[in-house]
Amino acid sequence: MALRFVKTAALAAAISLSAAMSMGAARAAEGEVHIPPAGFSFSGALGTYDRAELQRGFQIYKEVCSACHSMHLLSYRNLRDIGLSEAEVAAVAASVQIQDGPNDNGEMFERPGRASDRFRSPFANPAAARAANNGALPPDLSVITKARNGGADYIHALLIGYAEPPAGLTLAEGMHYNQYFPGHQIAMAPPLSQDGQLTFGDGTNATVDRMSRDVSAFLNWAAEPELETRRAMGVRVLIFLAILGGLTYAVKRKVWADVH
Amino acid sequence: MAGLHNSEFANPVVRWIDQRMPVFTMMQKEYGTFPTPRNFNYFWNFGALAMINLVIMIATGIFLAMNYTAHTSLAFDSVERIMRDVNYGWLIRYVHMNGASMFFIVVLVHVWRGMYYGSYKAPRELLWMLGVVIYLLMMATAFMGYVLPWGQMSFWGATVITNLFSAIPLVGNSIVTLLWGGFSVDNPTLNRFFSLHYLLPFVIVGVVFLHVAALHITGSNNPLGIEPKGPQDTLPFHPYYTVKDSVGIVVYLMVFAVLVFFAPNYLGHPDNYIPANPLSTPAHIVPEWYFLPFYAILRAVPDKLMGVLAMFGSILLLFVLPWLDGSKVRSMRFRPIAKWLFLLWTVNFFVLMWAGGKPAEGVYVLISRLATAYYFAYFLVLLPLLGKIERPLPLPESISRPVLRGGGPLPGAATAQPMEKA
Repeated sequence: MALRFVKTAALAAAISLSAAMSMGAARAAEGEVHIPPAGFSFSGALGTYDRAELQRGFQIYKEVCSACHSMHLLSYRNLRDIGLSEAEVAAVAASVQIQDGPNDNGEMFERPGRASDRFRSPFANPAAARAANNGALPPDLSVITKARNGGADYIHALLIGYAEPPAGLTLAEGMHYNQYFPGHQIAMAPPLSQDGQLTFGDGTNATVDRMSRDVSAFLNWAAEPELETRRAMGVRVLIFLAILGGLTYAVKRKVWADVH
Repeated sequence: MAGLHNSEFANPVVRWIDQRMPVFTMMQKEYGTFPTPRNFNYFWNFGALAMINLVIMIATGIFLAMNYTAHTSLAFDSVERIMRDVNYGWLIRYVHMNGASMFFIVVLVHVWRGMYYGSYKAPRELLWMLGVVIYLLMMATAFMGYVLPWGQMSFWGATVITNLFSAIPLVGNSIVTLLWGGFSVDNPTLNRFFSLHYLLPFVIVGVVFLHVAALHITGSNNPLGIEPKGPQDTLPFHPYYTVKDSVGIVVYLMVFAVLVFFAPNYLGHPDNYIPANPLSTPAHIVPEWYFLPFYAILRAVPDKLMGVLAMFGSILLLFVLPWLDGSKVRSMRFRPIAKWLFLLWTVNFFVLMWAGGKPAEGVYVLISRLATAYYFAYFLVLLPLLGKIERPLPLPESISRPVLRGGGPLPGAATAQPMEKA
């Protein structure tokens, strides 16, 4: 019986493996460029976020990215998750003006943001965003690492991937050459272009690579804030199931002992 | 007492109910003492696994529906709100999302087992056909469920698949308009898909009930494909198969847990985290993995209508499989030629799955065509032919003979032995 079980399990594994491989191959065919792994603290099955890195990443988003990119699925209160205190969150929220209303007179009005507000979007609507960006729409970044092949590794590669176009390639007007962007022509100008572009509160040296890493990590957190809880729960669930499985198999052997 | 069922239960409450409505007697008969062939291997776990998976899908789906908004401008954000703000919403959604993949894995193995061991043959033809109905309902349900988050693949997948119906002569375009509820995939489409996605699982429950009811008339097939000849060939379902199914359930849950907790988006497509945009077509529109083999068949045929017919035909063929296979021998163990041709068909199925995920160009088209040809040839040419020309190996006399190797103690005495050896 045990042998039978192993055979079945091996077959099931082979089936799922070949299925997985055919799917992986399908995915690989889509992006021709190899994305170098950035080795984040959350890469790997049991990785976790580095809170200091997330906070630096948020600073970059706030000072650089948020000029064009919205993150409308996040609220300021979510920043408690990356280690900001209640007062800090309130201060971040209050630093922006949010449109609210209508009030009792039927008029819209501006007020300082609250922790419960969603991140304020830089543009009123997609058309306004395109008008300000040479016709290109800066995508919302709330789930961007889930929405791109390669996830945070891809974002990091993209941010450090600007280069001179190869000889013979003429870029369209207002476009920039990027090694990792599909098609290589990207409308976004290099957002993190020089070391020391901003000053980190924790004194970390703000190299382009460091900044790209930090903001990619922050965006990964924004897309998957549940990642640490999920993995921790997964470990406990698997340990529980392993024990339960052992016990169940023992009971099964016992029950079947008189049959063979 | 006249008019009351003659209950065997001693517990007064159970007895009182059972006399008036013998559900306990029925459960005891169908799941307690139900005589089951003693030689099942672990492939016979997958029916129970599919049943459990269906329950998981309905349970998680009900809670998702409490928080989902079926409107084109709100659907995507409402799903992300479930992920962020609903208590354990991420867990419920990832279980539901990966549960669909697990459901297809489990059901495909279940179908494969039926094909390998000839479970579709007389007297189980109707049981098999009900299974094919369930499979079709599952595909419809999964397709509509994938549309609900209203991401790019949701939208464009829905556009491609619904457009297939326009290939039908005369009424095709009217059918598509009816499916869409308008002249493009839009809010009415999303609304009706949500409604149907909630309805169809309960239809599946109904057909599963019929599937199990039919099973309990004919009894289960088994790896030898020969009918039990008496009590020496069977075991009561409980505890033997309840405990054996439990082992399978734990293994199944472990695979499920690895997906949900450590690779929740592995089987999905990143484009579905981009909100649907009718003005921007993704580079490659790829359906979910469980549709890929049929997608490959669709694209292998140059003509649209013929492609659609081939795709639907590839599944509808399964309805007549019991009559295409002319061999009286059920289990492939005793069919020296059919066994290898079927294993090749299995490999071929994965080739189709792989090809379905590739762009429809160059060598992939050729591979898809060859694989499609073999898919159909197996059912329409090889199986009918083998029924006439193949010489099956000698069948064992009974189930208990080969199980109790070397003659062993005679049937019946086996279960009375002390519980010692493993």
